[in-house]
Amino acid sequence: MEHTIFLLALPFLSFLLVGLLGTCLKPKVAGLVGTLSIAAVAVLAYVTAFLYFTAGRGADGAFATLMPYNFTWLPLTETLKIEMGILLDPISVMMLVVISTVSLMVHIYSFGYMDGERGFQRYYAFLSLFTMSMLGLVVATNIFQMYVFWELVGVSSYLLIGFYYKKPEAIAASKKAFIVTRFADLGFLIGILIYGYYAGTFTFTPQAQVLAAAGTMMPLALGLMFVGGAGKSAMFPLHIWLPDAMEGPTPVSALIHAATMVVAGVYLVARMFPLFIGYGPEVLHLTAYVGAFTALFAAVVACVQTDIKRVLAFSTISQIGFMIVALGVCTSADPHAGGLGYMASMFHLFTHAMFKALLFLCAGAIIHAVHSNEMAAMGGLRKYMPVTHATFLIACLAIAGIPPFSGFFSKDEILAACFQFAPWMGVLMTFIAGLTAFYMFRLYYNIFWAKPYDAAQAGGHTPHEAPKSMTIPLVFLAAVTCVAGFIPFGHFVSSDGQAYDIHLSLPVALTSVVVALVAIGLATWMYKGAAQPVADRLATTFKGLHHAAYRRFYIDEVYQFITHKIIFRCISTPIAWFDRHVVDGFMNSLAWVTNAASVRIRGLQSGNIQTYTMVFLGGALLLVVILLLF
Amino acid sequence: MNFLSLFVLVPLLMMLGLWVARNVNQVRGVMVAGASALLVLAVTLAVLYLRERAGGATAEMLFTASHVWYAPLNIHYAVGVDGISVVMLLLSAIIVFTGVFASWKMQMLTKEFFMWFCLLSVGVFGFFISVDLFTMFMFYEVALIPMYLLIGVWGSGRKEYSAMKLTLMLMGGSAFILMGILGIYYGAGATTMSLTELARIHIPVEWQRIFFPLTFIGFGVLGALFPFHTWSPDGHASAPTAVSMLHAGVLMKLGGYGCFRIAIYLMPEAAKEQAWIFLILTGIGVVYGAFSACVQKDLKYINAYSSVSHCSLVLFAILMMTQTSSTGAVLQMLSHGLMTALFFAIIGMIYGRTHTRDIREMSGLMQVMPFLSVCYVIAGLANLGLPGFSGFIAEMTIFVGSFEVNDVFHRTLTIIATTSIVITAVYILRLVGKVLYGTVGNPAHLQLTDATWDERLPLIVLIVAIAGLGLMPWGFSHIISDSVLPVISQLAR
Amino acid sequence: MVQMELYLIVSTIMMFVGIYGFFTRRNLLAILISVELILNSVDINFAVFNRFLFPGQLEGFFFSLFAIGISAAETAVAIAIIINIYRNIRNIQVKNMNELKG
Repeated sequence: MEHTIFLLALPFLSFLLVGLLGTCLKPKVAGLVGTLSIAAVAVLAYVTAFLYFTAGRGADGAFATLMPYNFTWLPLTETLKIEMGILLDPISVMMLVVISTVSLMVHIYSFGYMDGERGFQRYYAFLSLFTMSMLGLVVATNIFQMYVFWELVGVSSYLLIGFYYKKPEAIAASKKAFIVTRFADLGFLIGILIYGYYAGTFTFTPQAQVLAAAGTMMPLALGLMFVGGAGKSAMFPLHIWLPDAMEGPTPVSALIHAATMVVAGVYLVARMFPLFIGYGPEVLHLTAYVGAFTALFAAVVACVQTDIKRVLAFSTISQIGFMIVALGVCTSADPHAGGLGYMASMFHLFTHAMFKALLFLCAGAIIHAVHSNEMAAMGGLRKYMPVTHATFLIACLAIAGIPPFSGFFSKDEILAACFQFAPWMGVLMTFIAGLTAFYMFRLYYNIFWAKPYDAAQAGGHTPHEAPKSMTIPLVFLAAVTCVAGFIPFGHFVSSDGQAYDIHLSLPVALTSVVVALVAIGLATWMYKGAAQPVADRLATTFKGLHHAAYRRFYIDEVYQFITHKIIFRCISTPIAWFDRHVVDGFMNSLAWVTNAASVRIRGLQSGNIQTYTMVFLGGALLLVVILLLF
Repeated sequence: MNFLSLFVLVPLLMMLGLWVARNVNQVRGVMVAGASALLVLAVTLAVLYLRERAGGATAEMLFTASHVWYAPLNIHYAVGVDGISVVMLLLSAIIVFTGVFASWKMQMLTKEFFMWFCLLSVGVFGFFISVDLFTMFMFYEVALIPMYLLIGVWGSGRKEYSAMKLTLMLMGGSAFILMGILGIYYGAGATTMSLTELARIHIPVEWQRIFFPLTFIGFGVLGALFPFHTWSPDGHASAPTAVSMLHAGVLMKLGGYGCFRIAIYLMPEAAKEQAWIFLILTGIGVVYGAFSACVQKDLKYINAYSSVSHCSLVLFAILMMTQTSSTGAVLQMLSHGLMTALFFAIIGMIYGRTHTRDIREMSGLMQVMPFLSVCYVIAGLANLGLPGFSGFIAEMTIFVGSFEVNDVFHRTLTIIATTSIVITAVYILRLVGKVLYGTVGNPAHLQLTDATWDERLPLIVLIVAIAGLGLMPWGFSHIISDSVLPVISQLAR
Repeated sequence: MVQMELYLIVSTIMMFVGIYGFFTRRNLLAILISVELILNSVDINFAVFNRFLFPGQLEGFFFSLFAIGISAAETAVAIAIIINIYRNIRNIQVKNMNELKG
C-alpha cells in the first residue's frame, strides 16, 4: 500500500506546478495537468480499494486498519505530537473512491464549463489543492492531521467560492463561508485540545483506562468536535454559509459543496464513532436531533427557493442532516442491534455524493445554457437538452428514494435505523423524505416542463445541449446512480467491521416509496403545467410563512445583526476608540503633564538676577532663623 | 576572535563601507554584500550549531567567549548562543536581507539611511549573541536609538510625533530594564553579570518580587504588552518600509526574548507568583489587538494591531511556563517576524504606487498588481494560521502547551486566546475582500504596475521561509524545545 | 568717643538700603549704585571692627582700601557695559534686557 503516498503527492505537485507557473501555461495545458493527475489519483484510489477489500478479513472478521505512512510532523509535549500519515480503513478507502471519482468528473466537466474563463489555470490549481486537502483529510491518522487538512479544505473552498473575485456577492460569500466555518473550527480546536489533554494522544484509538478517567471531559470534547463538524457540514444554525457558497463556479459547488467537503462533518463523526458510542452516547443522540431539525428546516426552505442552485444547496443541507441523523440514532456498535445507522450513513454519503454531484453538474449545464440561476428564466428545457434532462431526472428519482436508484437503498437504511431508535424519529424522517421528493420534482418541473421556453425573453438566445466534455461526466454519474444501490455496501463498511447483509425492511421501504410517490404526484399536479394556480394560491394564502421560508427564516439577518451590529459596532469600534483615546490618551497625557510641569518649572529659572538674589537672601535668612531656633 | 562577534562586526564594516561609498550603486553594493554575508553567517551558525548538538554538546550556550570589559562591575563582553538565539539570529538576518531590498528605491539621504539601518542591525545582532546582562542592555539601547532618526527623518505622516512617542515609550521601558538589571546584579550578590552564572545563584524572593515586574514590563513595552503597546500603531504607520519590517519583525522580538531570557529565567519564583497579572494583560492584548484591527482603515494600522495581538500571544505563551508553550512562543516570534515583515514589505510597495493606505480608497488591486496581491493573500492566510504556513505551527504549539496547565484560570484564558484565530480571519478577509478583490474603484489605479524584480525578491524569500517553517516544522521545534528546557527546569526549582 | 554700635547701625542701614535698592530699582545705574552702597557698608564694617576690636593691626583698613579699589574698577567695567547696552537698546531698564532669554 506504499503507493498511497501518491494520492496526496500527485495533486499537490499539480497544484504547485499549475499554481506557480500559472499564466505561463496555456489554459488547456494547465487543465490537462490537473485532470491527468486526478485521473491518476482516481486509478490509484480504485487500485487501493480493490487491493484493500480483496486482501481479506483479519482474524476478528474485520478489515485490517493499515497505516503505510506515519511520521512525526510536529512534536509538542512528551506524549502529544502531530503526526502526518495515511490511514486506510473501510471508510477512508470508501471516501478515497468517492472523492477521486467526483473530483475527476468535475475536472473533466470544467473543461467545458469554464472554457474561456479568465483564471482557468488558477481554477485548476485550486481544484488540485482542494483534492489534495480532502484526500489528506480522509486518510488522516489522527485528529490533528484531520484538523490540518480540515483548515486546508476550508481555505480552498474560500478561494474557489471567491473565484469570480470581481463580483461583490462572491467576495461576501467566500468571506462568510470561511468565517462561519472558522468559527465552528474554534469549537473543533478546543475539542481537540481537551481530547489531547485527557486522552493523552491525538490518535483515534486512545487507551480505554485513560479515557475512563477523563470523566465528563470526553463527551465535552466530542461535542465540541461535533461543533466543528456541524460548521463544515452546514448543520443548523451554522448552515448559513452554504447557500451563499453557490456564488462559486457550479462545478465547484458540485465537488466541494455537495459531494465531498460538506460531508467532512459526517466523516468526522463516523471517524470518532467508537468514542461517541463508548463515552458520549448522549452527545451522539444530540447530533441526531440537530441533524433531524436541520433536515426538516432545510427541506422546508428548499420548497420555496427560486434559484436552482439554492434549492440544491438546501437539499444538500437536508441530506447531510439525514446522514447525521443516521449516525446519531446509533445506540451500539453492533449493526444488528442499534448500530445500523453507521452503515446507512456511510452508504448515503456514498450515493448522495454521486447523485448530488450529478444534480449540480446538470444545474451547471442548464445555467451554462440559459445564463441564469432563476427558475423564472427556465421552463420547457427538456426539448433543448435531452441528455441533461434524462440525467437530471435519474438524479431526482434517486434523491426522492424511488427504486431501483441508489438513493432509495441508502435512505431506506437510514429510515430503518430511525424507526429502530424511536418511532417518532422514523415518522419525521419519512415525512422529510417525502418533502425532499416534493421540492426536487418542483425543481425538475420548473426547469424542464412548466411554461415553454421563451427565447424572446432571453434576448433571442436558444439554449442548446452542453458540449461532450460536460455531458460525459453527467452520463457517467447517472450510470453510477443507477447501479450504486446494488453494491453490497454492508460488506465493506459497517459499524463493527463485520460483514453485514443489507436487507430491506418491507414496511419501511413500502411506506417511504408510497410517501415519495405521493409527493411526486403532488409536485406534478402543482408544477407541471404552464400556469401554476395551486402553487400561487398556496403562496398567497400562507403569505407570511412563504415569505419567511423564502428569506430562509431570517437566519442570515440574525447573523448580519450579530456580526455588523454587535461585533463591529459594539465591540470593535469601542475597543479601537478606547485604544486611541483612553490607553493612548493616557500615554499622551503623561507626556503632556511632563511638558506642562516643565513649563512651570522653567518660570523659576527666569534669568532675572534680582529674583535670584531675592530667593538667595530669603533662603539665607531662613537658614539663619532655623539655625537660631534649633 | 570568536565567530559570533562577526555578527556585530559585519554591520560595523558595512557602516565603514557606506562611509566611503560615493554613489547610490556603491551604497546598494555594500548593503547587498553585507546583508548576504549576514544571511550566510546565520545559516552557517545554524548548521554549526546543529552539528555541535548532534555531536553531543550539552552546554547551555555554545560558542561562548568572554572578555573583561569593566572589571569593577564585572561587566564582560560575553557571547554565546543556544537554539533560541540561533533561530532569532536567522530571523534577523532574513529580515535585514529583505529589508535592504525593500528600501532599494530609497531616494532621500540614502547613505545616511543605511548607516542608521546598519547601526540598528548592530544592536539587534549584538543583543541576540550576548549572554552578559550589561552587554545585552547596551546593545538593546543601540537598537532603539537609531529608530528615532529613521522614523523622524525618513518616515511619513506624523513622523516626528510617532518617532518621539516610540522612542520615549521604549526609553521608559529601558529605564525599567536598567533598574531590573541592577536589581538582579545586586540581588545576586554583585559578583557576576553573566546570564548563565546568575541563573545558578538564588536571588532572594523579596528582591525578585520587586524587580521581576520591572524587568518584565520593561521588556514588555517592546513586546507590545497591553497597555504599553500604543507606540506600535503610530510608530509602524509612520516608519519607512524597511524600518517597519525590522522593527515589527525583529525589534519587537527583543521584548519577548528579554522577558523569557532575563525576567523569567533569572527570577523564576516571582515569575510564578506574579504570572497571573501579566497573563490577564496579555490575554486581553491578544483579543483586544485583534478586535481593534477589525475596524482600522489604514493598512499599516491593521497590521500593527495584528502585531499587538500576535506579540501578546508570545508573552502569553511565555507566561504559561510549560516547555511546549515556551517553544510555541519562540516559534511564534519567528513566525510573526517573518509574516509581519512580509506584510509591511507589501504594504510599503502598495503605498509606493497608490500613495494611500486607506482601505476605502483602494479596491480591485488584484487586477492591476496580481503578484503583490497574491503575496498579500498568502501573507494574510499565513497570518490567520493556515496549516502549511508558520503561523499555524506556532499557534498550535502555544495552544496545546497552554492547555497543559490544568486549572480553570489558565484554561479559560487559553480558550479566550484561541478565539483570536476567528477574529484574525475576520479582519484579514475583510481587508483582502475590500482592497484586493472587486473592481478597480479609482481609475488612476488602472495605470499602476506590478512588482519589479527588486521587490519580488524579498517577498519570495519571506514566503519561502514562512512556508518552509510551516511545512517542515519538526527541526525548528526540536532545536527550540531543547533550549527552552533550562528555563523550564529553573521554574521547577 | 562715639560707640562702635552707632557705626554699625549706619553700615547696616546702608546695607539694607542697598539691598532694597538692588531689588526694587529697574534702572541699571540705580542697581549699580545700590551695589556700591552694599560694598561701602561692608567697607565701613571692616574699618570699624579694625579700629575698635583690633586696634594694633591694619588688616581691616587694608581690606577696605582693597575693596574700594576693586569696586572702582568694577564700577568702571559696569558703566562701560551699561553704556554699550544703552547704545544697543536705547535704554538701561532691566526688564528690556531679555535678548538672550529662550
